[in-house]
Amino acid sequence: MLLFVVSIATFAIFFLVPRLAGMSADDLASRYVGKAANDQMIHEAAIRLGFNDPLVVQYGRFVKGIFVGVDRNYGPGIEHCPAPCLGYSYVTQNPVLPDLLDRLPITLSLALGAAVVWVVFGVSTGVLSALRRGSFFDRLSMGVALAGVSLPIFFTGIVSLAIFRDQLGLVGDVADWVPFSEDPLTWANNLILPWVTLAFLYAAGYARLTRAGMLETMSEDYIRTARAKGLPERMVVVKHGLRATLTPVMTMFGLDLGLLLGGAVLTESTFSLPGIGKYAVDAINNNDLPQVMGVTLTAAVFIILANLIVDLLYAVVDPRVRLT
Amino acid sequence: MSESPFLDVKDLKIHFSTDDGVVKSVDGLSFSLERGKTLGIVGESGSGKSVTSLGILGLHRGKSANVSGEIWLDGEDLVTASQEHVRRLRGRKMAMIFQDPLSSMHPFYSVGDQIIEAYRIHHKVSKSVARKHAIDMLGRVGIPEPKRRVDSYPHEFSGGMRQRAMIAMALSCDPELLIADEPTTALDVTVQAQILDLMRDLQREFNSALIIITHDLGVVAELSNDILVMYAGKCIEYGSAEDIFYRPEHPYTWGLLGSMPRLDREPTERLLPVKGTPPSLINVPSGCAFHPRCPYSDQTDGQSKAEIPALINTDPGHLVRCHLSRTQRRTLWENEVKPVLETQ
Amino acid sequence: MKIRSTASAVAITAALALVVSACGGGGSAKKTGGSGAEAPASQYNAGVTQVVNPSDKTGGTLHMGMPGDFDSVDPGDQYYGYAWNFSRLYTRALTMFKPVPGKEGLELVGDLAEGLGKASDGGKTWTYTLRKGIKFEDGTPVTSKDVKYAVARSLDKEILPSGPTYFNDWLDNGDYTGPYKMKDKLDSWKGIDTPDDQTVVFHLKKAYGGFDYFAMLPSTAPVPAAKDTGTKYKEHPVATGPYMFKAHELGKRIELVKNPNWDAATDPNRKQLNDSVEVLLGQNEDDLDQRLLSGKIDVKINSTGVGANARKTVLTDDKVKQYADSAPLDRTWFTNLNADVPPLDNVHCRKAVLYAADRSAIQGAYGGPDAGGEVALSLMPSKMTGYEKNDLYGVEANPGGDVNKAKEELKACGQPNGFSTTISFRVERAAEKQTAESLQQSLGRVGIKLEVKGFPQGDYFKLYAGKPDFAKKNGLGLMVYGWGADYPEGFGFFQQIVDSRVIRAAGNTNLGVKDPEIDKLVDQAAAEQDATKRNSIWASVDKKVMDDAFILPYVWAHGLFYRPPTLKNAFISQNFGMYEFLTLSTQ
Repeated sequence: MLLFVVSIATFAIFFLVPRLAGMSADDLASRYVGKAANDQMIHEAAIRLGFNDPLVVQYGRFVKGIFVGVDRNYGPGIEHCPAPCLGYSYVTQNPVLPDLLDRLPITLSLALGAAVVWVVFGVSTGVLSALRRGSFFDRLSMGVALAGVSLPIFFTGIVSLAIFRDQLGLVGDVADWVPFSEDPLTWANNLILPWVTLAFLYAAGYARLTRAGMLETMSEDYIRTARAKGLPERMVVVKHGLRATLTPVMTMFGLDLGLLLGGAVLTESTFSLPGIGKYAVDAINNNDLPQVMGVTLTAAVFIILANLIVDLLYAVVDPRVRLT
Repeated sequence: MSESPFLDVKDLKIHFSTDDGVVKSVDGLSFSLERGKTLGIVGESGSGKSVTSLGILGLHRGKSANVSGEIWLDGEDLVTASQEHVRRLRGRKMAMIFQDPLSSMHPFYSVGDQIIEAYRIHHKVSKSVARKHAIDMLGRVGIPEPKRRVDSYPHEFSGGMRQRAMIAMALSCDPELLIADEPTTALDVTVQAQILDLMRDLQREFNSALIIITHDLGVVAELSNDILVMYAGKCIEYGSAEDIFYRPEHPYTWGLLGSMPRLDREPTERLLPVKGTPPSLINVPSGCAFHPRCPYSDQTDGQSKAEIPALINTDPGHLVRCHLSRTQRRTLWENEVKPVLETQ
Repeated sequence: MKIRSTASAVAITAALALVVSACGGGGSAKKTGGSGAEAPASQYNAGVTQVVNPSDKTGGTLHMGMPGDFDSVDPGDQYYGYAWNFSRLYTRALTMFKPVPGKEGLELVGDLAEGLGKASDGGKTWTYTLRKGIKFEDGTPVTSKDVKYAVARSLDKEILPSGPTYFNDWLDNGDYTGPYKMKDKLDSWKGIDTPDDQTVVFHLKKAYGGFDYFAMLPSTAPVPAAKDTGTKYKEHPVATGPYMFKAHELGKRIELVKNPNWDAATDPNRKQLNDSVEVLLGQNEDDLDQRLLSGKIDVKINSTGVGANARKTVLTDDKVKQYADSAPLDRTWFTNLNADVPPLDNVHCRKAVLYAADRSAIQGAYGGPDAGGEVALSLMPSKMTGYEKNDLYGVEANPGGDVNKAKEELKACGQPNGFSTTISFRVERAAEKQTAESLQQSLGRVGIKLEVKGFPQGDYFKLYAGKPDFAKKNGLGLMVYGWGADYPEGFGFFQQIVDSRVIRAAGNTNLGVKDPEIDKLVDQAAAEQDATKRNSIWASVDKKVMDDAFILPYVWAHGLFYRPPTLKNAFISQNFGMYEFLTLSTQ
C-alpha cells in the first residue's frame, strides 16, 4: 500500500511539476536526447517515452512492468526485461533493477558497518555518560556528540580523508569498491572511514538517547530490586538497566537503518562510493524518472521492512506488547 | 542474651548532601532484632524508615549518601565491610520485599526468571535446578499452578499475586533477615490480610528476623514483637507491641493510633489526626522535632523548642523521646487520649 | 551548558585547523612519490607548449578519476571532448588531431585512414583509404564495411542519442535511418560506399570543405556489425586502439588493458606505455582533486580542470602551481543582445553596450586569467584555427570599457541618457550571476539600467532565453550565455550560434543573431575546400558579428589543469583543451 502511494507520488511530482511550469511533452523529452537533437528527434523521443499519453496510462505501464515485465528495443533486437521490471533509465538506457542490485551491496556494507559502529559507540558512551553523570567524561562525550550531530558529513568526510588517509596514511588509498567476498581486508579498508564518519553522525544521537534513557531507567524501582537481590553492578546496568533502555533505541535504530539502506546519500557522494545513495543523487540530477522511481521504491521497501522488523523485535524485547 | 543480638543497629546516621544542604534522613537510630522476631518500624513518609532499610542492605553507598554508625548483622559490621562483601550478603543473608511490586519487578523478564536470577547469584546451580526451586517457592507463597505461572510476566499477575511473587523472590535464598517495606500498601484490604498472614507463616517457617516498615500501625499490630516509631530520622518511641498499643507515651504515637484505619470506621474519619505536615529534613525544627505539631508542647515550660529530648527508658524495654514528664504523659493518655480512641 | 558549548567550539576549531593544514599541505607532502626533491622542478604552463617529463618506459597503471560519468564510451554515442579524447585509447577514427603540443596539435592527420580525405564532386564526395593491417582486438581485420556500419548505426538517435548529428544532417541518407530500424538495408544506403575493403566513400547532400573534421568524430571508428549490441555496446566497445576493455562496471569503473592485436607499425601517433588504464567514475570532486594534488590519481577527466576549492590551493602555492597548466578551451563566454527588444534593435544602442561593458570585472567572475580565461576581443577564441585578431571595440586597450565611446553611441541611437532593459542568466551558475551584476554596474555608468533575472538552467533554452517569444515578451534585452565548439574550427563554433536559419520556436542555440550576410558567409565557408580561404571567411564572420554588435564576448575560457610530478609525457592538447590522453604514462 505504502509502495503504491510512494510510486504514485513520485510519478505525479515528476510529471505534474514540469507541467505546471508550462513544459510540454516535447520539452520534457528534450532532457533525454543528445545535445544535438533537433525538434523531430525530440518529438520522436517524447512519443517513444510515452510522454504524450495520459498519466494514468503511463503509470499503468510502469505497474505493468513490475508485474509482467517490459519488452525493449535495444538496437539489434528486442529484449525482455522480466518482472519485476523497473524499466530502463532515460539517460543511460540501462535497466534500473540490475543497477540497483549492483549497488545494493555497497549501501548494505556501508549502512550495516556504520550501524555496528554507531550502536556500539553510541550506546556504550551513553551508558557510561549516564553512570558517570556530570563527570568530565560525560561532558566531553556529550560535547563531542553535539559536534557529531551538528557537523555535515561532507565536511567531516573530507576532513577525515585529509587527515587519516592523506596526512597520516592510516588507511590505504584504494578508492574503488571491492566486495567483501573478494577481499575482506580491502573492503574494510575502503569502508572504515565512511563507517566512522557516518557513525559519528548517528552515534551522537544514540549516545544522547541512551544516556537519557539510562538516567531514567536507573532510577526505576526494579533496578533497586535488582541491587537488593545482590546482583553485581555490571549485571544491574547491562541486564536490567540497558535492556529497558534499548527499546526506544531500537525503534530509532530501525528507522535510521531503513532510511540509510535507501541510500546514504551524502556519505556515498563524499567518499565516492557507488551505492544506492549516489545513484539517487545522479538520478535526481538527471531527472531520470525510472531511476528515481527505482530508488524511491527501494527506499520505501527498506523503510517498511525495517519498521516491520522493529515491531517484531519490540515484541521480543518487551513482553508487554506481545500478542497473547 | 549475653551474646550480641542477630541484628544490632547502633547510632545509625544516613545523611545526604544535596545542593540545598545536608538531608539528615536517619539521625542516630539504634535498635536490635533477634532471629524469629519481628520489628515494625512505623512513621509518616519522609520519616526515614525506608532510608533505614536501604541503609541496612547497603544500597546507599557510592552516591552522595554518608552512612555512619554501626550495623552489626550476625557479628559483622556492614558499615565498614567492603561493598562487594555486602553485595554478597544481599539477597542471601538479608532480603527485601518492596512496596508496589509492579514497578519493583522488571517488566521485561518473567517472574520465574527473576526468581531464578536471584537464586543463581548466590547458588551455583544449573538453570533447571533453579527453575524447580522457583516453582517450589511460588507454590509456597500460595500461587496456584506455579509450573505454569513461572513463565508469566509481572504484568500478567494480579496485585496480590505479584506481591506473593515478590515475597517468593525475596525468600528464594532463605534469608535470615527479611525487610518488608510497605508490603501491603498497594493492595486492597482483603488481600492485605492474606499477605500479612502469609508473611507471618513464612517467617515462622524460615525462622528469619523480619522488619516490617509501614506508615500504618494496623499492619504491624498483629505481626510485630516490637515496634519502633520514627519521626524526622529519629526514634521517638520504642517498645513491645503491647507497650505501643496499650501504653503509648509519645503524643505522635497517639496521633498514629488515632489515624489507624479500622474496619468499623469510615476510612476518612480520623479521631486524633496529627496536624500539620512532616518537617523538612534539611531544616529540622529546633528542640523536639515534633514540637510544631505537638498539641502539648506548651506544657513543657518551653523546653520542647530549646532542647532535643533524650530517648529515655520509661519502662524496661519501652523508650520514649519526650520533654513531658512521665506523669504528664500517662495522665494525658489515660484522661484525654484513650477515652477518645475508645469512644467508638 | 556553558561547558558543553565550549567543548564543541574547541572541537570545531580543531577540525577547521586540520582542514586548513590538510589543504595547505596536500600538495607539497608527497609521501607516495617521495620524489618532491629529485624531480626536476617544473614550470607553470609548461604543458601548454611542450611535453613535460618525456619518457618511453613501459609498465604500470595509469589511474584516471572522474567526477561524473562519460555520456557514453560507445564511440557512436558520445559528445564530450573528454569522451572523444578518451575513446581514442581503444578506438581509431578515420582521422585524428595530431597528438603533439602547441598549434601543430590542431592539425588533422590520418588515423584509421592513411591520410586525409580526397574531395571530389566539388566537395560533395570524400574518399578515405584505410591503412593495411589494422585488426580488432580479437584479431579480425578491420574493413571499410566496419566503418560504414559504425557511421550507419550512429544515425539512430533513438538507440544512440548522445553523439553529434553531423552525419544525419550532411550525408545523403535519403530515408535511411540506420541498421537497427532498417535491417538488411545497409547496401541500399547511399550515404557511404565501400568499393573495396580499404576504401570508404562518403556522399554528402551538399558540399562541405571541412569534412576531415567529421572524419575525426569517434562515430567513424569501426564497429563490427556482429558484435554490435546497440545500447549495450558501451559495456564493451570492440577495440582497435592500443588498449581494450577488460572491465566496465557501469557508472563505477573502467579498466583498460593492452590490446594484443594493436600494431604500433600501423599507428604512428599512439603509444602503449602503461600496461593498463583504470578510470574511477563518479568520484567526489573535492576528494578527487585532493588525490590528484597528492599524486594518488594521475589524471582527472573533465573539461575544466581542478575544481573551485583546489583551484585556490593551486594558484596560491607556488610549489603546487608549477605542476599546473592554464589551458585555452574552444569556448567563449558572452552575452547575446536581443534585437527584438527595443531600443536594442538599433545597432548603436547595441554598440553602446559593447563599449560600456567592463570585461575585466567579468573575467574575475569566471575565475580570473588562470582558471577563467583571457579577456575576449571578439567572439572567436584566439586559439582556434584561422583566428585573426579583431578588436573593433578597443578592448585590449580598455578592458574596463570605454565610457565616452559608449555615450557617443547612445547619442547616435537617440538614447543619450541611456535606457532600461532586462538581463537573464542561469541561476545555478554563480559566474553568470556575477556577470549580470557586473554588467548592471558597468552599463549603469552610461545610464543603461539593467534588471537582473535568473532562470533555471535546465529550461533556460527551452522555456526562457532560448524561446524568442518569451524573450521578446519579457523584454530580455541581454541574455548571458556561452558556447564551446565541437572542434576548433569555425564551422563547429559559429554555425549554431550565428546562423539565423537555425532559429526555431524554442530550444535555440542562436539567441538572436539575425543577419542575412552572416548566413551567406556561413554557407560560403562551409562549402570552401581550400582551408586557408575557408579560415579567412570564418574570420570575417567573426568581424561581422562584432560589427553587428549582436554578441558581447568577454572571456575566452581557460581551464586550470594539474599534472602530478610523476605523470610522464603530459601536455595540453590544443584541440581538446585538456591533457592529451594518448601519450600519458606513469613510467
